[in-house]
Amino acid sequence: MDQFRLFPPEASTSAQQIDWIYFALVALTVLICVIVFVPIIFFSIKYRRGSKADRSNPRVESVFIESGWTIVPLLIFIGLFSWGAVVYFHVENPPRDALQVQVIGKQWMWRLQHAEGKQEINELHVPVDRPVELTMTSQDVIHSFFVPAFRLHQDVVPGKYTHEWFRATRPGEYHIFCSQYCGTQHSAMIGRVVVMEPLDYERWLNTGRPMESIALAGERLFRERGCSGCHSVNSKFHAPLLEGTWGKPVPLESGEMVTVDERYVRDSILLPGKEISKGYQNIMPSFAGTLSEEEIMQLIAYIKSIGNQTSPSESAPNASR
Amino acid sequence: MKTAIEIDIQTEGEMPREHYLNVKTGVKAWLLTMDHKRIGILYLWTILVFFLIASVAAAMMRIELLTPQGDFVTNETYNKLFTIHGVLMVWFFLIPSIPTVLGNFAIPMMIGARDVAFPKLNLLSWYIFVAGGALTLWAIIHGGVDTGWTFYTPYSTTYANSHVITMAAGVFVAGFSSIITGMNFMATIHKMRAAGLTWFRLPLFIWSMYATSVILVLATPVLAITLAVMCVERIWGVGIFDPKLGGDPILFQHMFWFYSHPAVYIMILPGMGVVSELITCFSRKQIFGYGFVAAASMAIAVLGFLVWGHHMFVSSQSVYAGMVFSILSFLVAIPSAIKVFNWTATLHKGSIHFATPMLYALGFIGLFTIGGMTGLFLATLAVDVHVHDSYFVIAHFHYIMVGGMVMAFMGGLHYWWPKITGRLYPEMAGKLAALTTFLGFNLTFFPQFILGYLGMPRRYHAYPPEFQMFNVLSTAGASILGIGYLLPLIYFLWSLKFGRVAGPNPWRATGLEWQTPSPPPKHNFEDKTPIVTEKPYSYSAKEDADLNLASI
Amino acid sequence: MNTTTTIEAGLVHQQFDDIGQQREAAKLGMWIFLATEVLFFGGLFLSYTVYRFVYGHAFVEASRKLDVVIGGTNTAVLLISSLLMAFAVRASKLDQRRMLTGLLLGTAFLGCVFMLLKGVEYHKDYVDHLVPRMGFKWEGADPGNAELFYWIYFAMTGLHAIHVTVGIGILLVLALLAWRNTFSNGNHNTIEIAGLYWHFVDIVWCFLFPLLYLVGHR
Repeated sequence: MDQFRLFPPEASTSAQQIDWIYFALVALTVLICVIVFVPIIFFSIKYRRGSKADRSNPRVESVFIESGWTIVPLLIFIGLFSWGAVVYFHVENPPRDALQVQVIGKQWMWRLQHAEGKQEINELHVPVDRPVELTMTSQDVIHSFFVPAFRLHQDVVPGKYTHEWFRATRPGEYHIFCSQYCGTQHSAMIGRVVVMEPLDYERWLNTGRPMESIALAGERLFRERGCSGCHSVNSKFHAPLLEGTWGKPVPLESGEMVTVDERYVRDSILLPGKEISKGYQNIMPSFAGTLSEEEIMQLIAYIKSIGNQTSPSESAPNASR
Repeated sequence: MKTAIEIDIQTEGEMPREHYLNVKTGVKAWLLTMDHKRIGILYLWTILVFFLIASVAAAMMRIELLTPQGDFVTNETYNKLFTIHGVLMVWFFLIPSIPTVLGNFAIPMMIGARDVAFPKLNLLSWYIFVAGGALTLWAIIHGGVDTGWTFYTPYSTTYANSHVITMAAGVFVAGFSSIITGMNFMATIHKMRAAGLTWFRLPLFIWSMYATSVILVLATPVLAITLAVMCVERIWGVGIFDPKLGGDPILFQHMFWFYSHPAVYIMILPGMGVVSELITCFSRKQIFGYGFVAAASMAIAVLGFLVWGHHMFVSSQSVYAGMVFSILSFLVAIPSAIKVFNWTATLHKGSIHFATPMLYALGFIGLFTIGGMTGLFLATLAVDVHVHDSYFVIAHFHYIMVGGMVMAFMGGLHYWWPKITGRLYPEMAGKLAALTTFLGFNLTFFPQFILGYLGMPRRYHAYPPEFQMFNVLSTAGASILGIGYLLPLIYFLWSLKFGRVAGPNPWRATGLEWQTPSPPPKHNFEDKTPIVTEKPYSYSAKEDADLNLASI
Repeated sequence: MNTTTTIEAGLVHQQFDDIGQQREAAKLGMWIFLATEVLFFGGLFLSYTVYRFVYGHAFVEASRKLDVVIGGTNTAVLLISSLLMAFAVRASKLDQRRMLTGLLLGTAFLGCVFMLLKGVEYHKDYVDHLVPRMGFKWEGADPGNAELFYWIYFAMTGLHAIHVTVGIGILLVLALLAWRNTFSNGNHNTIEIAGLYWHFVDIVWCFLFPLLYLVGHR
């Protein structure tokens, strides 16, 4: 027991916003308790059996009073809902310039990798005052990445990517918990976030042997696994080129439009026949079971990294990469 | 009143009167009974067994959590303990508690009927319940299940290495008992009311049981099919919930909570009904805003079906879905608030008797208010992002389930005990137990709100040492709470033989069930069923200002 | 109590005041039970809807392999059986013992025809390698999603088949009781309630047929 606390440390920007709503709710709870408990105690004493209180003409109904205690809570609730929803919207939408960290949950550990390539297990080093976005998935069951000091909480679901972000405000060490029950050693799936001064962070990032960044690893995979054999201008096979597609809508064979994002790229690797780009054949084999979650994330990072390049088909041939 | 006293004298006379308990005795007569009152008692014993097992599991968890290290039981055992506690408490104690015990016993009498509409089905529902319970106990004895009561996929379908299917089958089977009970109550309340007993003359307990039945009938089958698909998936690897096969594990959560959130209202609406009976009787007053309280029950039943997504704000469901579920969750709090305000207003100008049932009812209002208000924290999106799956959630739903439902169940059991057995429980012991329960409960669960906000996740076998102090407080409270539950067990059994003879109406209450002797005759009313000519709760606090209830 | 109840007195269970109350309660009970059943099937309909939406293309492709002729015939068989059931209810009200027995047997017979055709179809699915986990083979794209379709197909039709089987059992027992003249003198409530159940089973099929068979049919 280090010290007596009623609240966890406030170590991120959203922690403050969430705590304000929490305090408002605590105040409302106290108020309602006073409104309910004081009359109960007062009536219990005044109208106890045998007391001489006036009991003539008791009221048993009043539409006016009933409407009052229906409408007033309703208005308060709408206010609370809106406040909570605005902050939630903020918490759920990462800023564009955030540092990227990829998180993979598995029974019973967290594997984290910074965009620069540095890997960590059950630990996350981040600089203070920079937004950090976590892109998370699970290798087995549902986990949940929970940092109480940041008021941050998001389930980590197998088969899809979830995101959360924070901007740490105070250097220090904080708990990471897995809060979605995930099996025998659920309570041992814990770790720590280390928030560092920016210079310390840079130093930390550059210690150890040099790593290849996630996107570079993805590019290497793209070649090694033969993706580039088809998805390139010189290919014999007719496959869509991936440069410049990230974040843009593409038409599908079925006539629908779909935005190229993590989900679409992931599904295209694992379930190639699900959403076929317009004008192409369903000839790609599925890579389900042959690529690990890390490798899929690396490929996505690579495709994201070439998202700003112009598509080679539009410019001169052989101009790409 | 005169007739009541006459029957009083009759019961204490030489000739033992024939009533439902002594009309036919022996194990066979009880096991083949179709009398709703006896079936209620069968259920009482059955859920008591499950309550005790689940309580032992809870006690072991609390002992484990005394120290931060996991040193009392292994992590595997701990995970099985909270699964046992959750499954048994939810499906084998809380959901059947008030409906099958007090509902079965009291509903037909309260509406002036001789029995429920389908007595054979009623008995069948008990057998189905026992069969489901037996399957579940089998799973526990043969090694247990470690999925938690929520059976989340893909853990339950692919990774859990325990008797998931047997336990899910137990819950599946027991679900049909719920459905039959719900059907039976709905048909009974619709078609079997006494002459003159119009819908708006019904006691509020009947309204709340009707609302409960609607949920039982409409929500339980969804749980059944969800668990069935889960089992099929576990056996054959279907892929409906398995991301590796193209399925979606979140779909399971949607289907599970589509049942399990309404199920929360199965676990609280009956309690609200009981409290409406208790508050009026022991403040000798007509309920304030009868129509609003009745309508609030139905509103809860309907809105309760539309809020399941608030269990999934951080599950990766869409932000906009989260917003819709959030506002709907705020709306469902309003009918509950209306009830609390109306109960409080009922006390005004009453003549308040602090008998044991009333203490439980007042305790219910206090704890339910705190439980309900903390529910708003969880409905508020941003705050839920922090407290989701933490001890805050545990504390919140125990304030509703234990602080609400169990307090109401105990209150109702004390209230109808003289009707069930013909004898009164000892009043001083009753008051002592009510206060012990109230204090023990608060000491157990209030610290958990703080723990939760501090960030202690639920289902943790070991935890960082800074959480220890509140866990110690909680365990201390749990031992007091345990005493509060053991006391009634002892004095209720004692009262069966030594309790004072109650007479037909010890509380001078107005309900139809009090117009027949205690214990009631086999067909509830001695000759003709009563005719109702006025609204319920026609008490007069002014006339009863100096009334001394039999037991006080 | 009026005079008609003297004939019916033996039929009224002790908890009811008169036969009318008993009938209404029983009928209401059946309706509530059917509401439960709708929600029970509802879970599977929801799963179908979700994956029909997510894997629309694969579902359409998978649906084409189902035998529309057998499915269609079965729809007709069940619709006719429902008609016979409706006549049976009428016959019971008119106290026509032989007619009632015959119609109940006819309904049960059509139920059996349905089950037989279903069995033939399941066998054909097996031969065509359409049964998941039992030699499932899929030539087209996304065998996994097609397999999911067949899981849902077998779950839904299988659950429906269980209901039909239970229904046939009930009809046969009722036919026997009808032959022994149990349903005379206005005691036709049981027939009516069994009829409600049979119509429900029929209606569920009327939803299953287009969702499963016609989705991919052009």
